[in-house]
Amino acid sequence: METVAIIDYGSGNLRSAGKAFERMVRENGLDVRIDVTGDAARVQNADRIVLPGVGAFGDCRNGLRAVDGMWDLIVELVHQKARPFLGICVGMQLMARWGLEHGRHAGFGWIDGNVAPIAPGTGFKVPHMGWNTIQLPQEHPVTRGLGTGDLSHAYFVHSYAMEPADPNRVFGTATYGAPITAIVAQDNMVGTQFHPEKSQATGLTLISNFLKWRP
Amino acid sequence: MLKVRVIPCLDVKDGRVVKGVNFVDLRDAGDPVDCAKAYDAAGADELCFLDITASHENRGILLHVVQDTAEQCFMPLTVGGGVRTTDDIRQLLLAGADKVSINTAAVNDRDFVKRAAEKFGNQCIVVAVDAKATTSGKWEIFTHGGREPTGIDAIEYAQEVVSLGAGEILLTSMDRDGTKKGFDTELTRKISDAVSVPVIASGGVGTLDHLVDGVRDGGANAVLAASIFHFGTYTIAQAKQHMADAGIPVRL
Repeated sequence: METVAIIDYGSGNLRSAGKAFERMVRENGLDVRIDVTGDAARVQNADRIVLPGVGAFGDCRNGLRAVDGMWDLIVELVHQKARPFLGICVGMQLMARWGLEHGRHAGFGWIDGNVAPIAPGTGFKVPHMGWNTIQLPQEHPVTRGLGTGDLSHAYFVHSYAMEPADPNRVFGTATYGAPITAIVAQDNMVGTQFHPEKSQATGLTLISNFLKWRP
Repeated sequence: MLKVRVIPCLDVKDGRVVKGVNFVDLRDAGDPVDCAKAYDAAGADELCFLDITASHENRGILLHVVQDTAEQCFMPLTVGGGVRTTDDIRQLLLAGADKVSINTAAVNDRDFVKRAAEKFGNQCIVVAVDAKATTSGKWEIFTHGGREPTGIDAIEYAQEVVSLGAGEILLTSMDRDGTKKGFDTELTRKISDAVSVPVIASGGVGTLDHLVDGVRDGGANAVLAASIFHFGTYTIAQAKQHMADAGIPVRL
């Protein structure tokens, strides 16, 4: 049996994330246990890692750092041992080198680039909040079957977005005045700016793909 | 393209939906979780629970409702009503709410908005602005369901709570609420132009044209309605199709 650890470090609502993953485990008939946990010892043995996050970049970083051993363990499991990783919202932003929200904070630095304020221009409200369509500039196993155009709605809530230095890391974009990085991927890691656990069919498909992904 | 959101709102009292929801195939029209599932399946973009439970002792029931809903509906959920402390917010978020709507507590203590936004992030702090037109061509904040005037100017208040960290404004015209005469689009436009964050228009929807007016004339980023959906007058799909036909981007 595989275990998927959804890391709980006091950032936001993990109930629906856990339930969305459990539902996809059931629907795919997978032999997978979903463990929502803030215990590094339990994350240690997980086969897949999911890192959610809401709020400010620096707060999430500090929250994760405050859990004994968790930051270094994630680096070890994801970066060194190459276990499949999914970052959601600020969990995705933490994959970047720097976050520029309320100062300058170091992320995991797996993807070169900054997390900077979105600047959609006049007439656009910030946060970028609600359902937006996503475009998939490159194929990826985790985005398979996601649909295009009006079938690709995902739920976003954010005021900052990742700007990867290498455009080849971008596997999904949304348009809000300007292009916004919606999905990044590299090796065994994938991250979504939107909330798959809140994105009905689009989100459940992505979660299902992640559970079956063998990078 | 970002879509305009259509948000049904359920009034919940002691764990039951007040007035019920008139859907075919609904097992229990008074069960908030069943109603939430029905709206989820019907294509609602978000869901709003407004808790009107009188006693604070019964808050635990609401938390169970939120928990059960979050386990079954993979869509954003906003919960409001009686939110007074950061601990109230924490409990709702832990139960599975994505956003929490603050009303009277923000009027009484503006700093509460700041503390809440700093602790939980702007994205989950909605401030409910209940406003009534005054004779001087302005709008005033009212509390207690529109019974208590406060002397606070609605537009200045909206700007202030946004500067303190509100991530969204839930704007209700107390003049229009329950009248089915349509949103106060003038008020909606004034507030929408005055703040940088999204505005949800609420209060007064009786026809599908009203939804269009709220967006086109009022500049709202989302429209909230209760009775037209609950009583089955219109479905979510009909509402969205009508908006789409009027040229408003919606998620069909």
